[in-house]
Amino acid sequence: MLTKKVKNRILFLFFIFLLSIFAIFFIIKSLNKNILYFSSPTEIKEREDIPFGKAMRVGGMVKKGSLIINQKNIQFVVTDFENEILISYSGTVPSLFAEEKGVVAEGSLSDKNFFIASRILAKHDENYMPPEIKEIIEKNAK
Amino acid sequence: MLSNIGISLLVLVLILSFLIIYNASLDLKISSQSVKKNIYKLSLFQITFIILSFFTLIIGFINSDFSLINVYENSHTAKPLFYKIAGTWGNHEGSLLLWVNILVIFSYLFLVFNRNHDKKFRLYTLIFQNILILGFLFFLLLNSNPFNSIYPIPLEGLGLNPILQDPALAIHPPLLYVGFVGCSIYFSAAMASLLSDYGGKLFAQSIKTWVKISWCFQTLGIIVGSIWAYYELGWGGFWFWDPVENASLLPWFAITALMHSLIVLEKRNTLYAWAIILCLLTFILSVTGTFLVRSGILNSVHTFASDPSRGIYILSFLSFMIFSALTIFFKKYKKENYNFNLKSKEIFILANNWFMAFFLVTVLIGMLYPIFLDVLINEKISVGPPFFNIVIIPLVIPFMILMAVGPKFGWIKSKNKIFYKALFLILVAGVINLFIFYFFGKYSLLSNLIFIAAIFLILHSLLDFKNFINNKNKLELPRIISHLGFGLLVFFIGINHQFSLEEDFNLKVGEVKKTSAYVIDFEDISIEEGKNYKAIIGNFKLTNLKNNIVQYLNPEIRIYPNPETLTYEAAIKTKINSDLYLTMSNVSRSEYYNIKFQKKPFMIWIWISALMITFGGFVQLTLKKNEN
Repeated sequence: MLTKKVKNRILFLFFIFLLSIFAIFFIIKSLNKNILYFSSPTEIKEREDIPFGKAMRVGGMVKKGSLIINQKNIQFVVTDFENEILISYSGTVPSLFAEEKGVVAEGSLSDKNFFIASRILAKHDENYMPPEIKEIIEKNAK
Repeated sequence: MLSNIGISLLVLVLILSFLIIYNASLDLKISSQSVKKNIYKLSLFQITFIILSFFTLIIGFINSDFSLINVYENSHTAKPLFYKIAGTWGNHEGSLLLWVNILVIFSYLFLVFNRNHDKKFRLYTLIFQNILILGFLFFLLLNSNPFNSIYPIPLEGLGLNPILQDPALAIHPPLLYVGFVGCSIYFSAAMASLLSDYGGKLFAQSIKTWVKISWCFQTLGIIVGSIWAYYELGWGGFWFWDPVENASLLPWFAITALMHSLIVLEKRNTLYAWAIILCLLTFILSVTGTFLVRSGILNSVHTFASDPSRGIYILSFLSFMIFSALTIFFKKYKKENYNFNLKSKEIFILANNWFMAFFLVTVLIGMLYPIFLDVLINEKISVGPPFFNIVIIPLVIPFMILMAVGPKFGWIKSKNKIFYKALFLILVAGVINLFIFYFFGKYSLLSNLIFIAAIFLILHSLLDFKNFINNKNKLELPRIISHLGFGLLVFFIGINHQFSLEEDFNLKVGEVKKTSAYVIDFEDISIEEGKNYKAIIGNFKLTNLKNNIVQYLNPEIRIYPNPETLTYEAAIKTKINSDLYLTMSNVSRSEYYNIKFQKKPFMIWIWISALMITFGGFVQLTLKKNEN
């Protein structure tokens, strides 16, 4: 039969196994709760199931002449050349943020046409464009 | 000219690598106890030539020799000398040359400083290290050659990315490179140990110094990067869970686990297989991180101009490394017997390893999940900081408690007295936490637990320090410093997180903004000429509403020519109890300036405690062999 030592070891391994299952489950679950989906203005317009108030990212080009700055915030329109969305943001912007340049905004939708951003990402340089935006623009240019 | 010298030197290093591998494999068959003289000589030549090649590139940058493409693309005659030199490793090709340099330097040092170890083990280590050198040298020569020439020779260079024009560029990359590439030597040593049957205690002794060196440099490099991000990127944070930061954390978790396991291997001669796995894993993760960042798969603040062909080469070399490592490991793996008592130091060190493994898996999943989703179902997502915070922070609580108690346990078996002392200290920590909670502000249950655990670790380490003063047991000191540093780090991050103030608004010149704690008066702007940029300097007068103390903060917008680029320089007033942090930006020359104002308590203490963690490691390195 099994000696005490072997029994202990089996118990120990079983315990470790359970713990890792639990850990992985915990990680995946938190992951699903905290991923940020990236959408283009068109996707926001077309998709029925887009959640309001949940953190997500929107990207596209800052429309020419759409930038308005007042005491509280910065407002601009992001376009993917098919649809547009109005974005409002307060805080400093990255140095590469400008009209007619690519931008990714992180925040949440307040309704289908209005997005409140908590962070503006424009980490790309003048030759580089985030792959997400490049894809959208190439698709719509056709 | 320089191009030819540089390439010749690299080719010489390449040939020497082959010669070393050849001679070392010949020497393996000879049964004498000492390594042949000519292998030392070849290695000495190799290290000389590779260092010379690095200096050749530096000379190219100093003289602005635009016949080298690399210099043309990354330098400019108007750049200050300091940044010309530091710019050498501020780009992909130059940093890869630094990478190969460190591989060679560690290879040589390991050969010279391990004379009292088994000959076969040393020769195999040398062979594997030279295979790594060859792999990266081929990559350097074929794909990313810093000495490629250009004709006709351009008159002016394209300039260094302004965001990199910072003193930190001089130290941050070299520190990290020593830390990450230094791991290569015990990757090689682990393979050698398997092949030459040189395991257990002696193996632990041969690599532990190298593990500590690379741990210290890695930790320091990450901290310097974090400080740099804090003052340069203008978000006022110091850790963003940016892919590149995650990539640097992965090997750090592995190496920290390894450093602790080696203690068990050395003292109790067990956990050999696990230590080997960690040795292999640390370097593999270092290379993986490099691959992900350089290939452009992950976007981050480190935008190396990316190139898919780089990714393919590194990926194939990486697969080769992993494949050969696994083959050798499973072929040579021998079953070990583990006998651990629950109340022993071994168990606590194992617990440390489990936590490290958990953190590692979490960060790895968070980092790779978006890539998988993109490839599999073409869904674009990103994983934000909340994920990492939610998964990792709760686990830090038991981690810190074990971290405090663990070292007090003896090897093999211990008494219960330790538990009573710990229980008492937890109660004291709870009271201190209650005090903070009551007088300074309310926070969540989770934060309460974190504060209690952190204070407990701090108190415990302080008591240990008191004991150290009494019994002068030097072995304890490095551990006490590092663990105390970690406790303080978590504590101050917690305080900083709970009690930070942040205000975002837009102001015209001359306007005044009243916030809850300060009146911010945007008095005027002035323009100044820097060495190679023009700076628009904002003059802000801040009046503290509580005590009416007036302070001036001067954030800058810098405009660099060729090509015209903007950077925003935050104005930071550091004090012993808090930092004032103010950045301003401007879009399309609007008359409104965007202002971000933050008050961050105990910022400097976060740096101090993080540096303490590293300092513990350096103290350990200074301990002499007989004390160790």
